[in-house]
Amino acid sequence: MDGRRSGLDAVTHLLTMADTPISAEPARSGLSPRKRRQISLGVQYAVFVAVLVAVAMLADWPKIAENFFNGPVAAGMFPTLFTVALKNTLIFTLAGYAIGFVLGLVLALMRLSSVAPYRVVALVYIEIFRGLPALIIFLLLGFGLPIAFPGFSLPGDVYGTVALALGLVAAAYMAESFRAGIQAVPKGQMEAARSLGMKPTRAMISIILPQAIRIVIPPLTNELILLFKDSSLVFTLGVTAATTELTKFGSDTTIDQANSTPLIVAGATYLLITIPLGIVVRRLEARQGRKR
Amino acid sequence: MTHAVEIRDLHKYFGDNEVLKGIDFTVEPGQVVCVIGPSGSGKSTLLRCVNMLEVPTKGQVFINGAELTDPDADIDAARRHVGMVFQQFNLFPHLTALQNVMIAQQRVLGRGKNEAEIIARENLNKVGVAEKCDAYPGQLSGGQQQRVAIARALAMNPDLMLFDEPTSALDPELVGDVLTVMRKLAEEGMTMLVVTHEMGFAREVADRVVFMDGGVIVEDGEPSKVIGNPSHERTRTFLHRVLHPEG
Ligand SMILES: Nc1ncnc2c1ncn2[C@@H]1O[C@H](COP(=O)(O)OP(=O)(O)OP(=O)(O)O)[C@@H](O)[C@H]1O
Ligand SMILES: [Mg+2]
Repeated sequence: MDGRRSGLDAVTHLLTMADTPISAEPARSGLSPRKRRQISLGVQYAVFVAVLVAVAMLADWPKIAENFFNGPVAAGMFPTLFTVALKNTLIFTLAGYAIGFVLGLVLALMRLSSVAPYRVVALVYIEIFRGLPALIIFLLLGFGLPIAFPGFSLPGDVYGTVALALGLVAAAYMAESFRAGIQAVPKGQMEAARSLGMKPTRAMISIILPQAIRIVIPPLTNELILLFKDSSLVFTLGVTAATTELTKFGSDTTIDQANSTPLIVAGATYLLITIPLGIVVRRLEARQGRKR
Repeated sequence: MTHAVEIRDLHKYFGDNEVLKGIDFTVEPGQVVCVIGPSGSGKSTLLRCVNMLEVPTKGQVFINGAELTDPDADIDAARRHVGMVFQQFNLFPHLTALQNVMIAQQRVLGRGKNEAEIIARENLNKVGVAEKCDAYPGQLSGGQQQRVAIARALAMNPDLMLFDEPTSALDPELVGDVLTVMRKLAEEGMTMLVVTHEMGFAREVADRVVFMDGGVIVEDGEPSKVIGNPSHERTRTFLHRVLHPEG
C-alpha cells in the first residue's frame, strides 16, 4: 500500500515538475511534493484573484460603460450596421475571394507547369504579392492607377478596386495552398487517369483538382477570414455613405458621437463572422486529421 | 500476324541507374503472360513502359503493330486500348464505384451518361461488386476496390490488360476473389500481361512465364518449363525463395 502510494506521488511529481525540482525524497524541504503542488496552485489562484479585484476596484466602470458599451449609441447604429456596413464588407470580401480563388488556381497550375517561363512568372508573382503589405496594393490600385491614367476606373468603381486589390493579394496565398493540395494528391491518381487515356488537362480537371480542393478547404477558409478583415483597408480609398464598410462605419460613427462604442460594435460584428468560420476550420482540420 | 505487344531492345535509366538493360519480347493476341522476378528487377518498370507511364530511354514498344515510342504517336489514343491495374488500386476516392467506372468512358470515349452507366453496371456485375455501385472506394475492402479497378479498365473495351502485382496489397483471404476475376478474363481470351508473385496463378493460367532479374529477361517459356523445370540457376534460387519462404 505504501509502495503504491509513493509510486503515484512520483507520477504526479513528474507531471508537475515544472514547478518542483525532481526528487524522490519528499523530506528534503520538509514538504511533500503533493503539498508543494497545492501551495503552488494556491499561489497562482491568489495572484489571479488579486489582479481581478484590483482591476475591478481601480477601473472607472461607469466611464468605461458610458464610452465603450453605450446602449443608445449602439442602438443608433442599427440597421445601417447590417444593411450597409456588413453587407459591403461581405461583398468586398466575397468578390475579392472569387478573384483570388480563380487567379490563385491559375498561378498554382502555372507553378506546377512543365513550361519554365510559366513557373518563373507564377513564382515571381507569389513572392511579390505575399511580401507586400496589402495596403500598398490598395493605394496603388486606388490612387496610382487613376493618377497614371486619368479618367481610368475599374469596373464597379470602389467595389471593383477593392475586389481586385483583395483578389491580387489573396491569389498569392491561395496559389500556395492549391499547389500544396495538388501535390498532396497521390501520384497514382494521375497515373490511373492517364492509363485510362485521359489527357493531362482532363485528368487535372476531373481527377486531381476535385481531390486537391477538398484537401485545401481548411487553409482556403482561413484565407477567407483574413480577407474579411483586410477588406477594412478600403477606408484608405475614401468610401461614401453607400460604400462604407464595418471598420469605416465604426470609426465614422465613433467620431460623430465622440464615443468609442461603435468601434466595439463593429469589432463584435467581425467576430460574429470570423469566430464561427474559425470553428468550422478547426472542425474540418480535425476531420481530415482523423482520415489520414 | 501483328503482335499484341512487341518490345525491342528496351532500355530504361533512372538517372545513372540502368533498370532495364535491353528487353526483347512479344505477347500474342489472346495470350496470358506472367512476369515474375525478385524485387527491384524492373518488372513494374517494364510494364509501365508498355503503356508509356515510363518513357523508355532507348528501344521500341509496339502495341498492335503501332509504335508507341514514335515521337509522333498519340499516346493517349493508344492507352485507350490498354487497361492497367495497379498494386495500390488507384481508384478515384472522390467518386463512387459506379462513377469510377463511368468517368473515362464519358470523358475519354465520349459515351453518353446512360450508355456509360449501363456498361459500368455490366462490368461491375462481371467482377462481382454490382451491389457496391454507390459506395466510395474508402468504404470498400481491398479486394472489392481492386475488382472495381478491373471493371474500370474493362469498361474501356481494352485489347490488352496490364496487371502490376494486383493482389500484393490484399489480405490473403481476399486474393482469391481477384484471381478468380482474372482467370475468367483469361478464359474469355483477353490478352494479359501480369506481374505477379502468385505462382499458382502463373502455373495454371499463363501461356508463358517470363522470369526477370537485374533488368534482363533470364528465362521465357511455358510455365511448366520456367516454373516446373527452370534451366537457370537464378530462376531456381528465386523460385525456391518464393515457394519456400520459411526455408
Ligand atoms: N521513378 C523512379 N525513379 C528512380 N528509380 C526508380 C523509379 N522507379 C523504379 N526505380 C528503380 O528501378 C528499379 C526497378 O524498380 P521496379 O519497380 O521496376 O522493380 P520491381 O521488379 O517492380 O520490384 P517490386 O517487386 O519490388 O515491385 C528499382 O531499383 C527502383 O528503385
Ligand atoms: Mg513492382
